[in-house]
Amino acid sequence: MAAAAARWNHVWVGTDTGILKGVNLQRKQAANFTPSGQPRREEAVSALCWGAGGETQILVGCADGTVKHFSTEEGRFQGQRHCPGGEGMFRGLAQVDGTLITCVDSGILRVWHDNDKEASSDPLLELRVGPGVCRMRQDPVRPHMVATGGKENALKVWDLQGSEEPVFRAKNVRNDWLDLRVPIWDQDIQFLPESQKLVTCTGYHQVRVYDPASPQRRPVLEATYGEYPLTAMTLTPGGNSVIVGNTHGQLAEIDLRQGRLLVCLKGLAGSVRGLQCHPSKPLLASCGLDRVLRVHRIRNPRGLDHKVYLKSQLNCLLLSGRDNWEDEPQEPQEPNKVPSEDTETDELWASLEAAAKRKLPDLEQSQGALQTRQRKKKRPGSTSS
Amino acid sequence: MAKAGDKSGGSGNKGLKRKAATEERQEAAVAEDGTTESGVQPSKAAAFPPGFSVSEIKNKQRRHLMFTRWKQQQRKEKLAAKKKLKKEREALGDKAPPKPIPKTIDNQRVYDETTVDPNDEEVAYDEATDEFASYFNRQTSPKILITTSDRPHGRTVRLCEQLSTVIPNSHVYYRRGLALKKIIPQCISRDFTDLIVINEDRKIPNGLILSHLPNGPTAHFKMSSVRLRKEIKRRGKEPTEHIPEIILNNFTTRLGHSVGRMFASLFPHNPQFTGRQVATFHNQRDYIFFRFHRYIFKSEKKVGIQELGPRFTLKLRSLQKGTFDSKYGEYEWVHKISGSQSGTSSIT
Repeated sequence: MAAAAARWNHVWVGTDTGILKGVNLQRKQAANFTPSGQPRREEAVSALCWGAGGETQILVGCADGTVKHFSTEEGRFQGQRHCPGGEGMFRGLAQVDGTLITCVDSGILRVWHDNDKEASSDPLLELRVGPGVCRMRQDPVRPHMVATGGKENALKVWDLQGSEEPVFRAKNVRNDWLDLRVPIWDQDIQFLPESQKLVTCTGYHQVRVYDPASPQRRPVLEATYGEYPLTAMTLTPGGNSVIVGNTHGQLAEIDLRQGRLLVCLKGLAGSVRGLQCHPSKPLLASCGLDRVLRVHRIRNPRGLDHKVYLKSQLNCLLLSGRDNWEDEPQEPQEPNKVPSEDTETDELWASLEAAAKRKLPDLEQSQGALQTRQRKKKRPGSTSS
Repeated sequence: MAKAGDKSGGSGNKGLKRKAATEERQEAAVAEDGTTESGVQPSKAAAFPPGFSVSEIKNKQRRHLMFTRWKQQQRKEKLAAKKKLKKEREALGDKAPPKPIPKTIDNQRVYDETTVDPNDEEVAYDEATDEFASYFNRQTSPKILITTSDRPHGRTVRLCEQLSTVIPNSHVYYRRGLALKKIIPQCISRDFTDLIVINEDRKIPNGLILSHLPNGPTAHFKMSSVRLRKEIKRRGKEPTEHIPEIILNNFTTRLGHSVGRMFASLFPHNPQFTGRQVATFHNQRDYIFFRFHRYIFKSEKKVGIQELGPRFTLKLRSLQKGTFDSKYGEYEWVHKISGSQSGTSSIT
């Protein structure tokens, strides 16, 4: 049951205890998926990304250096790939053309052949990015370009098909008013959709925009928010603003055209670890150390839509970008049950009047109840497969 | 117009009464005054503009009088309604509807979804492998360092001394202006498991930072109602060196569990029951009350207790993952004050 319904989950969250949770906001259910049936802290999920073929596969990067494949269609882990090299957790995971790109804390970026048969073959390409990497992000438009950044590790954009040198290497801003060097701590990077620009958010509460196309290697725009390190960032559907979250659980939307703060979103009580906006709808999913997944609506009207308590500390999330949020076709849900029900109740239908017939569609619909606006307490379905 | 009439009518007699029952008072006042407004009064009583309230009268004395009169009337009406209800109940006898339950804060509380279910495996695994696992597996025994903010005054110093008698295996050190981030690596190298810093403001202790050492969470509390030993009435003698028992009351939610485990990891595992001493952390509506008692069983069911030791109240302000790093650390929970937050939900 959980396996069949897994494809309709809206949000996938990775936790510190190694459990991948699939949350269905429509039915207000959360399901746990573990590769070995038991949660293990060594398999703490540190990176999540969509696999090949639309949104049917998820690549889960764990703390022990393995990347596991999870199929949303079948709702179970299918295989894993050991990606050794370097120390630290995965800071970025991406996949392109059947190859897997991983980047670890110590700065080793490797491109692997994504083939389950070869357990741990040598990487196709290895790059040293510099120590202390905090994030590696792939450009969704040009999948062979990746950007890396970290603590005292300036933003670099690499072309995996090109040379060993970065295509763009950012320069630090000028010394501040006391003539002291401004420290660098890039926590999250995003590629802006239409142009070549990149946005980063730093641990020193700055949001910076870089433009590789311009001759200036320094940031084109800099905005600050709050007093605490910004840990996560996501682009909004319009493309003109970003939403950032800091270690105090404060979420803010910052306009990139002027560098202004637009709105703040309330609700989170712990450090924000994962943020993602839906590509077309004004929805924002956020997860953090306070063990709660929240889905906010970012405009008209702004507010909290769903709040789901998931019992472990949440590390990263993936929001399904599909459009048919509400519609869930009934047939894939109960393929086994429908025929048997028909045979039993056919005689009943023949004998009873039309009033009784209404019961059957109600039964089916109660499973996929359309309760988008009600703040009901969800039932945590802790089924582990 | 009504206002002008109001003033003129009220100048002689004290205020205008809405009910016709007080007409005799008006007449009496008029008799004193002798003005010709008596004929106007009865009609005045009904001619108030709609939306007129007692608060619009500018004259304080008159306004006060009107208000007290209105209040008396309300009280009369309420009493009459109560009597009527009581009569109806008696008349109905057995068929009367059940008495409505009064609303209390505890009644109105929203059920907290993060309340830990004892059978929950995920939470059990989380707790079995978190930072306190080494304490609860009996691999490490606690060693506490107690210190204060810089330049403490008398109360704080005495509180630290008394706390060190309450918590076994604890050491008090004078702060001497050292930075906490520098103290922490030194503590770790000397095998300390916890660090307690008592913050002081204006000569009274008002905050407590409790940091579990190797890499554990740091909790920041607001401390209030501190009573030193000599300020406690009817107390017993000094606490002995026996290891006390611990009572942790009411830490039901997930956050409460974490905080409760933090407190539990301050004390050694093996309480010495011969000492008959007990330290209690009682959580009620997000306030944690700390008490230290000595008990004696007078019979099977009767216990006598003597309060020893200091007492204080704590309220959690933030729980930070990792050792003390208020600027760059990641917070697991931060107390946020928002206007719409009702006082009925509790977090621990």
